[in-house]
Amino acid sequence: MTAAPRSPLRPALMLSLVGCAILLVPILNRLVPEGSALHLEDRFVPLFGKYLAYAVLAVSLDLIWGRAGILSLGHGAFFALGGYAMGMYLMRQIGPRGVYAHPVLPDFMVFLNWQELPWYWYGFDRFWFAMIMVVLVPGTLAFLFGWFAFRSRVSGVYFSIITQALTFALMLAFFRNEMGFGGNNGLTDFKDILGFPITAPDTRLALYLATGLLLLLALVVAIHLRRSPLGRLLVAIRDGEARARFLGHDTLKAKLFVWTLSAVLAGLAGALYVPQVGIINPSEFSPAASIEIAIWVAVGGRDTILGPVVGSLLVNGMKTWLTGAAPELWLFVLGGLFVLVTLVLPDGLVGIGRALARRFKTGSSAAPIEAGPGPMEAARG
Amino acid sequence: MRGNLKLGLARMRLLLFLLALFATLLPRSATADATAAREALAILAGGNLDAMEPAIGTIARSGVPWAEPVLGALLEGRLLVRPSDRAVFLRTPDGVLLEAESGAPTSVDAKSLRPIRINNRLRRTLEGALGALTLGHGDPAVRLTAAEKLFARPDPSALDSLEAALVRETEPRVREAFARARAAILLEHGPPPARAEAALALAASPSPAVLGKLQAARRALPADAAPEIVAALEEAIAKVERRLRLLELAQTLFQGMSLGSVLLLAAIGLAVTFGVMGVINMAHGEMVMLGAYATWAVQQAMRALLPGALDWSLIFAVPAAFILAAAAGWAIERGVISRLYGRPLETLLATFGISLVLQQAVRLGIGATNREVVTPSWMSGLWEPVPGLALTTNRIVIVLFAIAVFLLLVALVRGTRLGLEIRAVTQNRRMAETMGIRTPRVDALTFALGSGIAGIGGVALAQIDNVSPNLGQAYIVDSFIVVVFGGVGNLWGTFLGAMTLGLVNKLLEPVAGAVLGKIIVLLALILFIQRRPQGLFALRGRAAEA
Repeated sequence: MTAAPRSPLRPALMLSLVGCAILLVPILNRLVPEGSALHLEDRFVPLFGKYLAYAVLAVSLDLIWGRAGILSLGHGAFFALGGYAMGMYLMRQIGPRGVYAHPVLPDFMVFLNWQELPWYWYGFDRFWFAMIMVVLVPGTLAFLFGWFAFRSRVSGVYFSIITQALTFALMLAFFRNEMGFGGNNGLTDFKDILGFPITAPDTRLALYLATGLLLLLALVVAIHLRRSPLGRLLVAIRDGEARARFLGHDTLKAKLFVWTLSAVLAGLAGALYVPQVGIINPSEFSPAASIEIAIWVAVGGRDTILGPVVGSLLVNGMKTWLTGAAPELWLFVLGGLFVLVTLVLPDGLVGIGRALARRFKTGSSAAPIEAGPGPMEAARG
Repeated sequence: MRGNLKLGLARMRLLLFLLALFATLLPRSATADATAAREALAILAGGNLDAMEPAIGTIARSGVPWAEPVLGALLEGRLLVRPSDRAVFLRTPDGVLLEAESGAPTSVDAKSLRPIRINNRLRRTLEGALGALTLGHGDPAVRLTAAEKLFARPDPSALDSLEAALVRETEPRVREAFARARAAILLEHGPPPARAEAALALAASPSPAVLGKLQAARRALPADAAPEIVAALEEAIAKVERRLRLLELAQTLFQGMSLGSVLLLAAIGLAVTFGVMGVINMAHGEMVMLGAYATWAVQQAMRALLPGALDWSLIFAVPAAFILAAAAGWAIERGVISRLYGRPLETLLATFGISLVLQQAVRLGIGATNREVVTPSWMSGLWEPVPGLALTTNRIVIVLFAIAVFLLLVALVRGTRLGLEIRAVTQNRRMAETMGIRTPRVDALTFALGSGIAGIGGVALAQIDNVSPNLGQAYIVDSFIVVVFGGVGNLWGTFLGAMTLGLVNKLLEPVAGAVLGKIIVLLALILFIQRRPQGLFALRGRAAEA
């Protein structure tokens, strides 16, 4: 059993570092004059907002995967459910301004000949209700699913596979027009949020900052969890669950708590993602999208504070750039990352950073790069 | 098959044309019929739609040799008239212009002609008339088609010629079809007692079309119809309905088995590797894809080198697909998986990366579009064990093939040295190691074997699915479900898991729809795994905890 490797950066320093990085976007966008080489155009703000939402998603996955060693291949489902809850609120805000100008029904329902709003759409015209649902729907689903799975001691690859089955089933369900969530096209054509026009630069910057705040909050949760007794118990579960159980710990409760917390965080990320990209559709539920989250975490470094953030920014930035510059290469790069990171970078980029920092500190080239078992190796079994 | 039909039609048209040509050379007595037919043709040229209907009947009954080509051309909009003198011409489907009556080629200017238009009512009349005309054709296939047309659109005016043809007919299949067509005509247009008799006769060969006709006939019966006639019709309906339900169930069961055997081929390699090594190979679907592309490549090569033996390309495709996929699997095991020993979650991610790379490599190297794999002639067609139950031959071959591959694998695992070692490593890796089994070698060989079998599965899938870079993805989730459901490293569990899943999927489809059915299966699996986390057939005893 190993304690979490000591990070060379203090948490407070790390948080302010991330905070400053988040503030770079508004500074470059608003304070640097237009025409300057450093000026960030308005259209890039939602792009970075999307990256931040992904970063929150990555942090949420790392809570459960990095800490507790439970790999979810269905975290995209919680993200998408949060997104759909927000999307439903945004759809209701359109009101009679839709193409069909129906006072209540969203366009796709008019198009599909729905006569009245289905009951599960009630209440979504109020922001507070939608926000409760953003937390409640992914949280409840995760709680029930986790309770069933952990109680039966489904673990390892079995758990990964059934989370994948879960998101796959949800994807198929949301593709159906009869579900009342817009089918194939999902929810889109949003007009405004809380009365502000959704595509206005100010709204977008505000959404960006809200996402940045959520990321900081997620990091605070992650740091706090690492230091708490629960965090230590999770590491014990990861490295030897049966042993932890025999020692008298309630592993079910610990796993269930962090699993549900992680899903809620993913749902919140989804809720902030949707207004910034302007659409939510069933492809967010696809198993491939969920498995991609794991690679963000792995690239940055599992069970580290900064790793998921760095990894998701790096991989998604690369994705944006490559799918524009050489789209046929992107899948090679992504696939290569999966193989390369698991084979030669078990602790991700943060792992490299740590090894370099250690070497720098001791000033001796003899310091071993892999000091002590990393979390990846410790996760055997 | 479609080619044959086309050829047959072309040949038939040529024959008709020659017949028509021949007829013009014979000294013909100007019988009343022929004169009437010629007058009727003039009416057709006139273009008055109401007058055309009796004219069509006149031509059909006249027995003139040009009746059939002319009426056929009229039906297909190939009968042309020259407005200046109302001379009638006929354009063959190949675009050659002929004189309508003589059938002789003509050099008339096509631009001066315009087609004779007809409406839907006339189209039906024409179809009926043509149906009756072709009842006496020399080719049994043509007679059969004519009878089927009459069955679909019963034409009372054809009853006499049909009954005459029925007496003459010697071919049993055609006789049956004639009898069915006769019953259909009687059912719709005959006197009530004849209707009852016809209904019972039709009930002997149940099909949805027969059911529709019977129900229509029941509705058409007058309210004061004799009770025994009503009873006869209702009995016939009930009989056909019962039979159809049974046939439908049989069809569904067969489809379920067929889907199950496809799943078996896709999943069994996964079950072996998962059982032995405890790792999930996300690139397994791509091994199936490689097998399908190997099938395509072998077929392309044979088309170039040995076009005569194209039908037997599968004999070469099976080993080619096995070797290609096994080599790829071996390389993946040596290059990646063996280096991640004991880290199953990382193995899952790395193999997912490999699957992305393989898909993209095929997409760029061979192309993103679907490749066509031609089904060999011995695999195409239908098998009808009982009338109304049509099983496609390629599906039957795939079911048998899957079972053969499965039994071969069972024999290999039970009866060979490698199989013994595979079983030993599955049950207790460390103990096997201690006993001197070289587990890395077993791992590599198992992985190659599992991948090779997936490749063979690709050969089968290429026959029924599109060969595209995404082929493997379509089956990978189902394969996982089969493995999870069947239990790890248990071949019979995988077999039962695949068949159960195939049957459940197909049985749910008509009730809940394909997508909802799939969702139900997935949710059921999630619940099932709660009850039995180790699958339907868990290993028991010490092995279970190893």
